[in-house]
Amino acid sequence: MTLSASNAAAVERDAAAPLLKVENLAVEFGPVEKPLRVVDGVGFSIPAGGALGIVGESGSGKSITSLAIMGLIPSPPGRIVSGRVEFEGVDLLGLPRSRMPDIRGRDIAMIFQEPMSSLNPVMTIGDQIGEAIKLHEETTREERRARVIELLKLVGMPDPAKRIGAFPHQFSGGMRQRVMIAMAVACNPRLLIADEPTTALDVTIQAQVLELMKEVRRRLNTAVLLISHDLGVVADIADRVVVMYAGRVVEDGDVRAIFKRPGHPYTRGLLQSVPRLDDDRRRLYQIPGAVPLPGTVKAGCPFYARCPDRIDKCAKAMPPMFTLAPGQSAACWVSAGATS
Amino acid sequence: MARYLLLRLADAIPTIWLVLTLVFIAMRILPGDPALAALGDMAQPQELAAFREKMGLNVPLWQQYLQFLFGVVTLNLGQSYMNGQSVMQLIAYNLPYTIELTVVAMIMGFGAGIPLGVMAATHRNKLPDSGMRLFSLIGYAIPDFYLGALLLITFALNLKWFPINGAGEGFADRLHHVFLPALTLAFVKAAFIGRLTRASLLEVFGKDYVRTARAKGAREPRVIYRHGLRNALLPLTTGMGLSLLATLSGSVAIELVFNRPGIGRLLINAITERDYAVIQGGVIVFAMVVVLVNLLMDLVYIVVDPRIRVS
Amino acid sequence: MSTMDEEIRLDAPQELAAAPSKLMVVRETLLQRPATIFATIAVVVFILVAVFAPVLAPYDPLTQSVLNINKSPSPEHWLGTDQFGRDVLSRMIYGSRNSLLFGLISPVLAAFIGTTLGVVAGYFGGVVDRVISRLIDLLLAFPELLLAIMIAAALGGGFWNIIAVITIAFTPGFARVARASTLAVKQESYVEAGVAVGLNTPLLIFRHIVPNIAAPIVVLMTLWVASAIRLEASLSFLGIGTQPPNPSWGNIIRDGLNNLFGSPWPIVAAGLAITCVVLAFNVFGDALRDVLDPETRQ
Repeated sequence: MTLSASNAAAVERDAAAPLLKVENLAVEFGPVEKPLRVVDGVGFSIPAGGALGIVGESGSGKSITSLAIMGLIPSPPGRIVSGRVEFEGVDLLGLPRSRMPDIRGRDIAMIFQEPMSSLNPVMTIGDQIGEAIKLHEETTREERRARVIELLKLVGMPDPAKRIGAFPHQFSGGMRQRVMIAMAVACNPRLLIADEPTTALDVTIQAQVLELMKEVRRRLNTAVLLISHDLGVVADIADRVVVMYAGRVVEDGDVRAIFKRPGHPYTRGLLQSVPRLDDDRRRLYQIPGAVPLPGTVKAGCPFYARCPDRIDKCAKAMPPMFTLAPGQSAACWVSAGATS
Repeated sequence: MARYLLLRLADAIPTIWLVLTLVFIAMRILPGDPALAALGDMAQPQELAAFREKMGLNVPLWQQYLQFLFGVVTLNLGQSYMNGQSVMQLIAYNLPYTIELTVVAMIMGFGAGIPLGVMAATHRNKLPDSGMRLFSLIGYAIPDFYLGALLLITFALNLKWFPINGAGEGFADRLHHVFLPALTLAFVKAAFIGRLTRASLLEVFGKDYVRTARAKGAREPRVIYRHGLRNALLPLTTGMGLSLLATLSGSVAIELVFNRPGIGRLLINAITERDYAVIQGGVIVFAMVVVLVNLLMDLVYIVVDPRIRVS
Repeated sequence: MSTMDEEIRLDAPQELAAAPSKLMVVRETLLQRPATIFATIAVVVFILVAVFAPVLAPYDPLTQSVLNINKSPSPEHWLGTDQFGRDVLSRMIYGSRNSLLFGLISPVLAAFIGTTLGVVAGYFGGVVDRVISRLIDLLLAFPELLLAIMIAAALGGGFWNIIAVITIAFTPGFARVARASTLAVKQESYVEAGVAVGLNTPLLIFRHIVPNIAAPIVVLMTLWVASAIRLEASLSFLGIGTQPPNPSWGNIIRDGLNNLFGSPWPIVAAGLAITCVVLAFNVFGDALRDVLDPETRQ
């Protein structure tokens, strides 16, 4: 299949029956009288077996979005104030809270950034992975043990039968992340959310873990939602990319298209910031300014203050997502040519 | 792990020796003449001399020191001046009562403290939490002998539900007698353990692996107990040792309030009577218990923390 | 740390107000919660009563009277009399003197000695440090009361002995804090710079190290005044503290227990006094700590 053809097929798939569809999600923190909106009007979708990357700096709201999907926003002090999170057609936000633990781990699983601290130090890895199974399925101890060993083999752990009784502190960071992945896919979830899974790892280990994630996706046909500030990591795994800034989605499109022809000035800035070997610039490029704190931008585009392409209209009104090309949209007046 | 255990055990020996030496020094720097203090101003010179002879105070200091160490090792701590009984016998008689009081108080204190702490941590900033905070504020301020006296007056004297003094005979009677004293000690204990549990639990709740547990689909009770409390109990073992020592220290006054036999009362009476050998014996017992409990605390921690156990 | 923590910055307002002055912070913290106000008032009242005891007490605390044994509270004797006919209220008032005296002198002495020991250990390191540290750890392994009892066993009761006992019981705590602070400060570059330039040692210690450890020591001291008062009361109760007939809240309770069938008032009043004063100092000390050392705020 050629690139454009597979892209077209992906677009078709998206339109058909997405595995996950997020619409107009908004999350607030703090007191109800003076809330801080950290995620605003966020929407995207992932097809079954697809891979979506959410890219953004710290403060962009990408992690909160993923926690909102899982129902893990600590409240107090946070609340989901609007939106829909449709998973296989069912709005998760409309479900009673007591139903979420059934879905977590079994249908949607999540792995986190810090493998060092994300595993319970007083439980063996065998017990922890086994717990993931035990929580959702009726199994005997022997069945579980066998499955845990299978999972450890899947994630590339050497000598799984022996290591099943070991404790997390006896493993390196990369190994622990593998254990996390094993735990996450134990019940064959349809969606795996990975929040900065490689950020805390060495570069060589990063590559290994990413390869593992791709392998898992291939074998189990799991959809992946990868969250990262690292464009390289996202480019490696994702089919499509969503760029977030200050709690909003600013660009959404096919990964290759976005990299080749970024539609939003922020995306352009991000791409320019990545140093390249064939670069002959004297200094590293930096987007001037800083990410605005939640609640500080009252009107207009949140990127206005730092945007090299801005016009007056940008300060007054928040641009909606414009379709710039098939399967690619960006929230920018200037890029869309809608400057009047 | 075995290595850590052995190291720790080996470390205990010089500590014990140091403590014993300090006790020896402390007892010998008693201002004034122990013979005079024991026999009074009216004593005759021969009586004083005989006393010194009997107490082994005539020989040079280094010899006294060696005799002292020898005595401790062979469990011969001399005789009570007051009633001629061997100090060892007196200790052997009284120690079980103190142990009884301490153990019952610990059970009560932990039995109440840990659930209170869990409640305070899971209902943060709501009623159970503020209640706990108030409880521990008062618990820390009120002197245990005052609380004991109040309980004694209310429940033993006025309501007559409990006996006023003594330790009782037979299992049920002993329990009846130990209840109020143990309750007094347990009160403060529960406050301390409750706060410790709460703090430890709250710290654990903030940890990433708790979030992982929830992400796996574990329900709240499982998260609280299997993942939360299990990890929070680790630092609690150290708290347990401290609590034990605090109970021991409080038992002295409580034994006096409730007129119970015990090492504390033995020691205090000996101090008042200036019964030299018994004072020394009592001090040694307390010092040794403290050293032992500290040792036990460390050993338990080594065994319980898998990070040390399997490395 | 999860990335979520980085993304939520709730405490950074757009404009920064001017930093409040130290005095304002003190006043604000102290007046913020009603509990702290009560505590401060209680502390002040306690100090005043203790200082003006001779003026406030209606009777001589030591005068016995066979005719007035075990009287219930009345207009002449607000708290009644004890089994020796002594006015309980006067004994209570003079007892506060006792508490204040031991409560202040001992922690101050302990702070002084302990800080010196700790600074010496931290600064000089090596064998000196090891010996002192070993001693400190050993003493700290004992609960305060037990340590005090054991020392009192050797020294007996009486005024100076109590001072010595309580001081020795508290010194290790101060020493440990002083040592830790000294070690931390020693690493600071301005100290290393001072050494390089050749400043002499005692001057170095005073000008750089001491001011830095002042804050935690002061906080410790306030909280330990409460402990000292409690300790003295316990020792007096046990009979190895303030010796009768001198009144101390501790031995008032002791006398009261010997007189159980006579009058409960001495016990109730003295115990309540101890509880309130210790509580007040604890709350006051916590508030003080919030002011001086906000990092340790809960």
